[in-house]
Amino acid sequence: MTYRVHVRVMPRAGLLDPQGQAVEHALSALGFAETRTVHVGRAVEIEVDAKSRDEAEARARLMCDRLLANPVTEDYQVEVEAD
Amino acid sequence: MVRVAVVRFPGSNCDEDARRGAEQSGAEAYFVWHRDTSLQGADVVVLPGGFSYGDYLRSGAIARFSPVMQAVQAHAAAGGSVIGICNGFQILCEAHLLPGALMRNAGLTFVSKPVDCMVERTDTVFTWAFERKTPVRIPVAHGEGRYVADAETLARLEGEGQVVLRYLKSSPGTEGNPNMSSNDIAGICNAAGTVVGIMPHPERVVDPKLGSADGLLFMRSLAGVRALAGVGK
Repeated sequence: MTYRVHVRVMPRAGLLDPQGQAVEHALSALGFAETRTVHVGRAVEIEVDAKSRDEAEARARLMCDRLLANPVTEDYQVEVEAD
Repeated sequence: MVRVAVVRFPGSNCDEDARRGAEQSGAEAYFVWHRDTSLQGADVVVLPGGFSYGDYLRSGAIARFSPVMQAVQAHAAAGGSVIGICNGFQILCEAHLLPGALMRNAGLTFVSKPVDCMVERTDTVFTWAFERKTPVRIPVAHGEGRYVADAETLARLEGEGQVVLRYLKSSPGTEGNPNMSSNDIAGICNAAGTVVGIMPHPERVVDPKLGSADGLLFMRSLAGVRALAGVGK
């Protein structure tokens, strides 16, 4: 079975996120005065072969721990698309 | 003669400067390709600056898994000397050979200019030729050089004297910390001083003809590692 996994990697809350700040300022400059905070991260889509959704998620988490996210500066979320 | 292996990754661009600087300082310096699995009897390994693998994902994240890095890990684990400059420092952090991480510069721009730094620790493989804490002016050239680590790690680095190089604040002609690194950190080492990573590029300033030779003592340090008992091999 092939599963599509969506990984979202975000800068850890509390760490300076200059990229998010720059986008926030740009949105304000465009007139989106309602903008409070912006954070910019990274989305990774992976198609994986696995026996179950749980297995697909577990493997994707391992991929995050080993490569896709930096444990010092980033947090990640993993979502497996419905079968 | 000290054998210095300079690792070439796809995207390395300070490899020739590093090899030349080491050779000029008396070492036998040669290149090792990132797919190689042997360091050919190196005493010192240099991970040079550049943009390995196009900085895809994160700087250094993919280079860390190059075949040659297994040999580098083993070399470091056995007490061998490993030096990372700029992208090499990023790779050392990604490979967990040094703690912390290097994030996007606070100003978001690529910073390329000379900076003033203090050589804070002089019993490492990369700084022992400095006899005491010494100010140097050497160039930085990076977009992701903001050193970040959790509070506990920073306290340990400071407490154990593992900060090797620190940006000097308010020095005339430079603006101090160019990227808002924590504690103005420009370079760190492991506890033994055998693994060193720094963001500035001493290999670019080894000849007065190039405007400065402030980088010379770094290259002499790595080229003469055996001369220093207790550090490196």
